Amino acid sequence: MNIFIKTLTRDLKMSIRNPFSFLNPLLFFVIAISLFPLAISPESHTLSNIAPGIVWVTCMLSVLLSLNALFHYDYDNGVLEQMVISHHSLPLILLAKTIAHWLLTGLPIILLSPLLGMTLFLDAKSIYILMLTLLLATPSLSLIGAIGASLIVGIKNSGMLLSLLILPLYIPILIFATSAVSQSQFNLPIKGQLYFLASILLISLMSSPFVSALALKTSLD
Amino acid sequence: MSKLIVADLTCQRGYNELFSNLSFELNSGEILKISGANGSGKTSLLKIIAGLNSAESGNLSINNNKVGTYEYQSEIFYLGHLPALSPELHCKENLDYLNQLNNSSSSQMLDEALTNVGLINFESEYAANLSAGQKRRVVLSALFITQSKVWLLDEPFTALDSNGINMFEAQIIKHCNNNGICVLTTHQKCNLPGLKTLTL
Repeated sequence: MNIFIKTLTRDLKMSIRNPFSFLNPLLFFVIAISLFPLAISPESHTLSNIAPGIVWVTCMLSVLLSLNALFHYDYDNGVLEQMVISHHSLPLILLAKTIAHWLLTGLPIILLSPLLGMTLFLDAKSIYILMLTLLLATPSLSLIGAIGASLIVGIKNSGMLLSLLILPLYIPILIFATSAVSQSQFNLPIKGQLYFLASILLISLMSSPFVSALALKTSLD
Repeated sequence: MSKLIVADLTCQRGYNELFSNLSFELNSGEILKISGANGSGKTSLLKIIAGLNSAESGNLSINNNKVGTYEYQSEIFYLGHLPALSPELHCKENLDYLNQLNNSSSSQMLDEALTNVGLINFESEYAANLSAGQKRRVVLSALFITQSKVWLLDEPFTALDSNGINMFEAQIIKHCNNNGICVLTTHQKCNLPGLKTLTL
């Protein structure tokens, strides 16, 4: 367990000392969302109708932007090799890295979402549901993304490949999350969508560290 | 006492077979130098022993523990071509993390470990600001305090000055006198007593 805490604090420390690695995707998230009212319509009715989709698509793309860096730097400087041959559990180390990634990408997105929701004229209840879906699903984005990032480690300019690998796996999350927020706007029941998001989170939490470890070993071989 | 057994190891990279049916045994206190031309499979062999790469066929064990097991991996320290340091972290933080990943006794002696490799007052220096030789010394400080019995050293003397090389050789001899095993690849001459050589 010690190695889990050490890896988590190490990754957080490294990112805070090199803030552009996690600020870039966040800036992208904020800028992209704030451009929609200018490009589509400043009308509150139009914007609030498409707001769930805008926030969620932008959130996914910004997570995708940040995934390349998840293992890339450690691979380049040889620390990843040391992690793989360590006697400690590799899935546990990778889980710590993934949680650090979520704390620096998913969590700030959740915290920024009320403000951005307000600019898109979402009402208070919809903002609450939007935050709930982000809370349930952004960890899944990091966990599923870790599998893709470990598969492409060592491949140069692999951004497009990562998108092709990961985006199809993100689609169910996108559908359930946006439909939950949209339906809440019309006071329709949303429990089903939230349960689906929670079950995706549990499945990815259980499987992602092990699959990522296997993928990483194969990539380094 | 430790015993590293390599049995019938075959390694293929692409369409090239680098070596086949390679077998040897190393007991506590022995040093093996792997020599061979560029591309003959020296690094591949070390990576296979470290558990980083897989072989086409063959078996590896340390004290009857198979490669990939907790017991096997905790006996291994692999020093590769890459520095294994994160530029955003201080020397001491890097050493602490390497220490955690490898089988090291305690984290109390980190300052002392850095001083022993000639890095005095470098604890709070970022790894990004170090020269190649100094980076090498930080990793060596992790190597010198590990409890792992089998050292796998790939071109270990690269970037080190003559003092550094002498200090490193003295540590290898000390490690082997303490029942350690050392497997190394180098193109440089080394003054290590009882050195065995394996040519690929």
